[in-house]
Amino acid sequence: MTRGTQGDRPDNAKPEPQPRGALHKGNRPINQAEAAERFLAAPRHQQQHDTRLWTLRQRRDDQMWAMPEWEEMRSLASAIKEHTLSHLDTYLEMFEANAEANGVVVHWAKDAAEHNRIVLDVLALHGAKTLIKSKSMLTEECGFRADLAKAGVEVVETDLGERIQQLDDEDPSHVVVPAVHKLRTDVAKVFAATIGSDPDNDDPPYLAGAQRDATRPLILNAGAGMTGANFLVAETGAVVVCTNEGNADLCANIPDLHIVSVGIEKLVPRTEDLAIFVRMLSRSALGSPITQYTSHFRGPRKGGEMHVVLVDNGRSERLGMEEFWTSLKCIRCGACMNTCPVYRRSGGLSYGATYSGPIGLIIDPTFNARKYSNLPFASTLNGSCTNVCPVKINIHEQIYAWRKVLVRQHETPFVKRAAMKAAGALFARPAVYRAAIERTNDALASLPRFVIYNGLNAWGKGREMPHPPAETFHQWYFRNRGGRP
Amino acid sequence: MSSRDIILASIRANLPKLERPLPAVPKFEENAPADLVEAFGKNLTRMGGRLVTDPTDDMRATVRGLLEDSRLVCSAAPEIEGELDLAVADPRALADVDHAVVRACCGVAETGSVLLTDVDLKVNALAYLAQHLIVLLDPADIVVNIHSAYAREEFRERRYAVFHSGPSATADIEGVLILGAQGVRSLSVLLVRRNSGELDQAQTAQPIQRLS
Repeated sequence: MTRGTQGDRPDNAKPEPQPRGALHKGNRPINQAEAAERFLAAPRHQQQHDTRLWTLRQRRDDQMWAMPEWEEMRSLASAIKEHTLSHLDTYLEMFEANAEANGVVVHWAKDAAEHNRIVLDVLALHGAKTLIKSKSMLTEECGFRADLAKAGVEVVETDLGERIQQLDDEDPSHVVVPAVHKLRTDVAKVFAATIGSDPDNDDPPYLAGAQRDATRPLILNAGAGMTGANFLVAETGAVVVCTNEGNADLCANIPDLHIVSVGIEKLVPRTEDLAIFVRMLSRSALGSPITQYTSHFRGPRKGGEMHVVLVDNGRSERLGMEEFWTSLKCIRCGACMNTCPVYRRSGGLSYGATYSGPIGLIIDPTFNARKYSNLPFASTLNGSCTNVCPVKINIHEQIYAWRKVLVRQHETPFVKRAAMKAAGALFARPAVYRAAIERTNDALASLPRFVIYNGLNAWGKGREMPHPPAETFHQWYFRNRGGRP
Repeated sequence: MSSRDIILASIRANLPKLERPLPAVPKFEENAPADLVEAFGKNLTRMGGRLVTDPTDDMRATVRGLLEDSRLVCSAAPEIEGELDLAVADPRALADVDHAVVRACCGVAETGSVLLTDVDLKVNALAYLAQHLIVLLDPADIVVNIHSAYAREEFRERRYAVFHSGPSATADIEGVLILGAQGVRSLSVLLVRRNSGELDQAQTAQPIQRLS
């Protein structure tokens, strides 16, 4: 079947079809568990995904152990971000003044729609009909490509993983490695159908080369280029972009027009603060000491134009949420995703949201509390996400806090709500509780499986119920002590 | 109200009511390696780059060796003359460049990075459109870590400044590492002193003779 490297796939095995992500039904809550079940039912995809992400986690650990100042850096990163966020208005104005002094045009967008409109207006002024861009989670958040397509502008993603996802009409499944849920056979199929690569060759270097060759002419002929930004430096007006493929620097340095889309939380005050984050970002994300390229754009090239669109889209409101504002410290390294046992086994697309994994669980409900009401329950609360976070966001505590908020707002399913209400009534009355435990133990020991493992018993899905003890503690106590204390 | 004013007003209404001072950032230079050049070379190699030393002390001969198979050389380094005039070049005119040569402002031992700016590159796209990049670096310009590098004036004065740490790379398909993603396929760093006796201004105008 394949002329490329064989990997660990048997020679004559048929490719395993790629499991697709969560189903969207309007504003109804995303059923993450359902999509995760389908991912788990595709063993080759599931195993590759799990292994790949765990390797990233281990490489991250190697980098951490090699750096004696790691914990001090985490504390500094957290302190710098908390300082910046609690003075965000001041630093945004400082950034704006310095960037404008450097010749950059600064725009402000309240929401996704305004962001897309601003970019379209700038493109129209330049008569640009094609836009090459590098990876940006913010543009995913804004539904950017769909809006531009409606206006007749062709957007070309230039990062390999992001391009795979664009050509497959699928969202990125991870903030750093967008196509990590796909196997090489999936990529070969997508490229054969879209860029005309050999359908029988799934060798990764061949596939990457095919994409490079197909993208280069699009880059050379584009009317405009767009990048996201990892950081903005207030004191110098610099836009900092960290990438590995060199595509962001192509997008920014070939067309005359460079547009930067960036969330307002990406600021750091000084260049010396930037050092902390640049040293931690790729170590946390991929376990490499730095990205291949760390680019600092302070102004337009000679004869060119540079625009920065500062986007709020719910961030200023999140700043006022007492329990959740520190999620704005996030630098999108993806370390929490790589370490999460639920994420590794269910795939990013099962979350049905722009942000997946632990950080997604605490950000997505701020965009839509109803649609993403199930997500905070897609966690074991083991706390590993919090431990690896380079900016010390208490992710697992925020996941738990979101559960409480969503239950208070009745944004949880009826069965879960009814079960919790019944449990509450039970725990409030000790005598009723003891009688119920005795009856349950008897029932578990004697009832047939189909009665116990039914649709109402969420615990019993994919799990065995605990073995009932021969007697309860109270029964044992009465038998041995005759009810005396 | 403009969107700018609406956003700033919303931020001010929502600012966390906390006192969080901006901490001083140390330079973390106390664990510096004894030999910066050796550390630089080791980390550059880890990032997929290549360190080229000059055993003969004849920089031009070493560069000639690197350019042996090149069809089109473009140089932004004062010591080496290329075949395209960067002063007038449109970035797209560099699409067919095989080898680009540029001098770095500094190197970073911690990460094996070299710092390039718009002034060094003349046309920024040169460092990405070329198939291969050769960087000249004075060993005396190697600093300990990223903190030390950020103290440099380029980050306040240049419109464009970029750390290159190895060639362009991707591992987006099943984690298989591929060097040569969208940018250069290889990065070679040649350690050669700035304005060393042999390379003074009088000699810079001579075109390099390639074996072809």
